[in-house]
Amino acid sequence: MQEPAIQNGAADRAATEAAGAVSAQNPVAEAIIRAEGIEKYYAQPSENRIQVISATDLSIVPGEILALLGPSGSGKSTMLRMLTGLSRPSAGQVYWHGKPIAEAEINVSIVFQSFALFPWLTVLQNVEAPLQARGVEPEERRTRSMKMIDTVGLDGFEGAYPKELSGGMRQRVGFARALVVEPEVLFMDEPFSALDVLTAENLRSELLELWSKKTMPTKAVFLVTHNIEEAVLLADRIVVLGRNPGHIRTDFRVQLPQPRERKSEGFTQLVDYIYKVLTRPDVSPDEAPDHQHPTPRVRDQRQMKYQMLPHARPGGVAGLLELLLDKGGRDDIYRLAEDLAFEIDDLLPIVDAAQVLGFLTVEEGDAAITPTGTEFANSEILRQKELFRDAAVKGVLLLRQIRRALETKSDHTVPEEFFLDLLDEQFSEEETQKQMETAIAWGRYAEIFDFDAGRRRFVLPDAQEEAVAPAEEAP
Amino acid sequence: MKLQYGFARSLVPARTWPFFIDVGVAACGLAVFFTIVKTGVYWLGKPVPVVPISSSIRVLPLYASYSIVRMVLAYMLSLVFAVTYGYIAAYNARLEPWMVAVLDILQSIPVLSFLPPVVLAMVSLIPGHQLGIEMGVIFLIFTGQVWNLAFSFYTSLKTIPREMVEASRIYRYSAWQRFWQLELPFSTIGLVWNSIVSVAGGWFALIFCETFTMGNRNFQLPGLGSYIQEATYSGDVRALVAGIGAVVLIVVATDQLVWRPLIAWSDKFKFEQVESADRVKSPILELLRKSTLFSTVPGRLAGQIEEPIYRRLSRTRECRVVQPLDAGRPAKNSPGYWALIAAVTVAVVWAAAQAIYMLSSITWPDLKLLLEGAAATFLRVNAALLISAAWTVPVGVAIGLNPRLARVVQPLAQILASVPATAFFPVLLIALVRLGGGLGIGSIALMLLGTQWYILFNVIAGAMSIPSDLREVASLYRFTRWQRWTRLILPGIFPYLITGMVTASGGAWNASVMAEYSHVKDRTLEVIGLGAQIDAATDSGRFSMLLLATIFISLMVVTMNRLVWRRLYRLAETRFKLEG
Ligand SMILES: Nc1ncnc2c1ncn2[C@@H]1O[C@H](COP(=O)(O)OP(=O)(O)OP(=O)(O)O)[C@@H](O)[C@H]1O
Ligand SMILES: [Mg+2]
Repeated sequence: MQEPAIQNGAADRAATEAAGAVSAQNPVAEAIIRAEGIEKYYAQPSENRIQVISATDLSIVPGEILALLGPSGSGKSTMLRMLTGLSRPSAGQVYWHGKPIAEAEINVSIVFQSFALFPWLTVLQNVEAPLQARGVEPEERRTRSMKMIDTVGLDGFEGAYPKELSGGMRQRVGFARALVVEPEVLFMDEPFSALDVLTAENLRSELLELWSKKTMPTKAVFLVTHNIEEAVLLADRIVVLGRNPGHIRTDFRVQLPQPRERKSEGFTQLVDYIYKVLTRPDVSPDEAPDHQHPTPRVRDQRQMKYQMLPHARPGGVAGLLELLLDKGGRDDIYRLAEDLAFEIDDLLPIVDAAQVLGFLTVEEGDAAITPTGTEFANSEILRQKELFRDAAVKGVLLLRQIRRALETKSDHTVPEEFFLDLLDEQFSEEETQKQMETAIAWGRYAEIFDFDAGRRRFVLPDAQEEAVAPAEEAP
Repeated sequence: MKLQYGFARSLVPARTWPFFIDVGVAACGLAVFFTIVKTGVYWLGKPVPVVPISSSIRVLPLYASYSIVRMVLAYMLSLVFAVTYGYIAAYNARLEPWMVAVLDILQSIPVLSFLPPVVLAMVSLIPGHQLGIEMGVIFLIFTGQVWNLAFSFYTSLKTIPREMVEASRIYRYSAWQRFWQLELPFSTIGLVWNSIVSVAGGWFALIFCETFTMGNRNFQLPGLGSYIQEATYSGDVRALVAGIGAVVLIVVATDQLVWRPLIAWSDKFKFEQVESADRVKSPILELLRKSTLFSTVPGRLAGQIEEPIYRRLSRTRECRVVQPLDAGRPAKNSPGYWALIAAVTVAVVWAAAQAIYMLSSITWPDLKLLLEGAAATFLRVNAALLISAAWTVPVGVAIGLNPRLARVVQPLAQILASVPATAFFPVLLIALVRLGGGLGIGSIALMLLGTQWYILFNVIAGAMSIPSDLREVASLYRFTRWQRWTRLILPGIFPYLITGMVTASGGAWNASVMAEYSHVKDRTLEVIGLGAQIDAATDSGRFSMLLLATIFISLMVVTMNRLVWRRLYRLAETRFKLEG
């Protein structure tokens, strides 16, 4: 079995350096792109910095499709941008064939989730533009672009504008534009997630075909995705990122032969394994099935004060629990997602939420309902709210704090801003907003507080009733 | 019609810059004022180059072409300057807050109040020649047009979707290619809409500037404005009708031949991912598109010029190495940089101090006069706004809720807003003199003529944007008329109304300056007001009064904007957004 080309962790890094010093034939030295100890911080308006990626090593070697998986906000896109030179690491260095990336003439392309085509240029002009930047003569530009447009199956559409095309065809233009410069590494940031299921499937298999037939001169593919199956379908190697701050949780090779069968046992095992890794952020992952190389490592050096609230609606939690109860209280998460026709990524926050509330536990990729969870699922709405309230106040620090603040203050109201400031120290601006939205949704549902959206203030529900009550008694 | 492409002049930036920048900008303003006045002083007393104005119909085409050339020059200048300014503001992190603050203040100040000193300064630079007045007028129109264009370009640059910028970086576009293939196309729609507003404001000012007299000094320029005035005063009705007809014709022709095709053409720069069904059509554009000459020659020409540039640029570092997007470690400032900063600061502080020192000659009666003037102008401007809103809201809503009518009236309102009200001013004045009305009413009428259409246009757009299902709900629940207005219509049009009012308020301030002090033949009409003070002060060479009046007017406008309009705007953005 081949040694994993990428290693993570201080000990491994030391080994890598030692090896690199000895011989140039070392696989690590042959890496096209090699990141050493790269970190990323973003400055916050409140003057503190948020760490998005903690020191990480990663190499991209010829001949492989590497998939980067991770929950939303774990820094996958940030990582991709640092590896392509679009974003400067706050610490560490990225090398292109051994040369610092800021000085190297690198040849890579990115396929974007939003396609990032220029709507005012035709398909042909869009594909030609990168060649123009490289000073290619008009005739050659045209022939190369037309050939590439043919390759992606868009012949006849070269004069069309992107907005006249369907999503799938637009992404084909995205691929044509990316491949026309014959990149050494092809980067993709969730290239299929804006497409419908069938189109995505279609494009995936065409991409694989191009890759396996070596139609494109590309030496390596780097795919960012949140779709586990997509990763297992395509990748030769999978790296899973954890969040807060982003770090590599596991990094392993996929040994399944191509073409891969979704129903095959190896496939489902691997999907289950990745599930387990993703649903238990606090536990070091075991080894990937069918081969042994322990690089599990969890870096939660920073003590989080607030936990990350999963962005799920209370209604979703109730729905999931009811379904789970129907299935006898325990089921495979992967199968649940299938039954619900949910993208895994949409289901995970709901599972997380139910877990935070203590309504279910996750073991071995299975979700199991707890006694409170059962009671919750069986109750009518008022009792559900009560159970939800108890669980939320117990399990969620932010909600507990808001409630306490409201009870303590004489006028029973607190501005939202107060808590935003607290969250701000820990989350990015955007995430702070999302966290607050989720907290408000939960709090309102469970009647922990009321939220006055006009004045952006939390209000104690009883306080309002009290204020109204005397008026009602008057007549 | 989306709000962001609305027919509005002032854009309201979120205030993110610290207060000291405002102070710095004010100091720069004082310094510039001082420089202009100092230049202007040399001229006083030198001979006035007077060109006799004819009101014969035969000269009308010539005069019209003079006016058009002035307009085109001023607009071109504005566009080039605006794009340069916006570009630097968007990409130079150090200058950005300063440049945005300058934009914010200058776009709201009524530039016409600077007409007298600017013309004086220009004339003194090129003494004994009409060219000085020409340049003064063009410069003034330029300063009136440029800020909203610059602001629009700046905002566009800042809102280009991140992945598109990343695509341009990863494919190693040069700044040149990025500009032509990404930045300029992305900003086109905003630039087109703002150009319409700018040019309309430009005509308004140009017509007035051409008739500019100050005391017994005459700065008239041959052009449509002076033609109309001359025709009015000489009682030549035929010439008057022809003159006003020419103005209207130019506006309508510009709308049909330039703006409509441009709007229709700029549709291809719309950043929607789907084809929109409802869009502006232009037969002219269709014609142009069909002509083989027009559809092939420019492309080929551009290719001839472009190719060598791209070939050369592809060898630069920028096109070989991927340029990171996040700012690197801030570069160390060289001693030269600090020396420059220090020199500029000293110069600005010195000039500003000189300007403030000038104020010491102001006496109490002067101050009282100015304060009264400020109050009077303030009241007039707001009266005009209230009157406009009072009639445009019901009418605009009635039109907007009737889609077929709206489709006809809305473009009409846009044209009406573009007809310079100043062209009617001489007639209005004569009428007022005959009827015995005061200039007070005249100036309000002028403001109304100039500004109400912006409000009407936006109110119609607002009423059209009220979702029909909400209207159905309202009739389903049998809302009373009162409920319909307070629950549905007013909240629905609120953001649009505010957009229109902000623009109208800027226009009204501008109009107030020119309306308060007029000459009819050899009579000087004057009402109490800041505009009158500005003219009178320049007339008598009292620059301290001129400065203080200008400071007052700027302070009032900026304060109104910050305290009232900006708040209302924010409110409109957050509370009253119907979509999502
Ligand atoms: N320019 C920025 N300024 C501040 N924070 C940022 C910036 N860009 C990203 N972040 C934060 O960094 C974290 C990681 O973002 P990133 O986009 O890399 O995540 P991701 O894994 O790609 O997520 P997704 O699956 O949603 O695309 C997020 O919490 C995000 O809010
Ligand atoms: Mg991402």
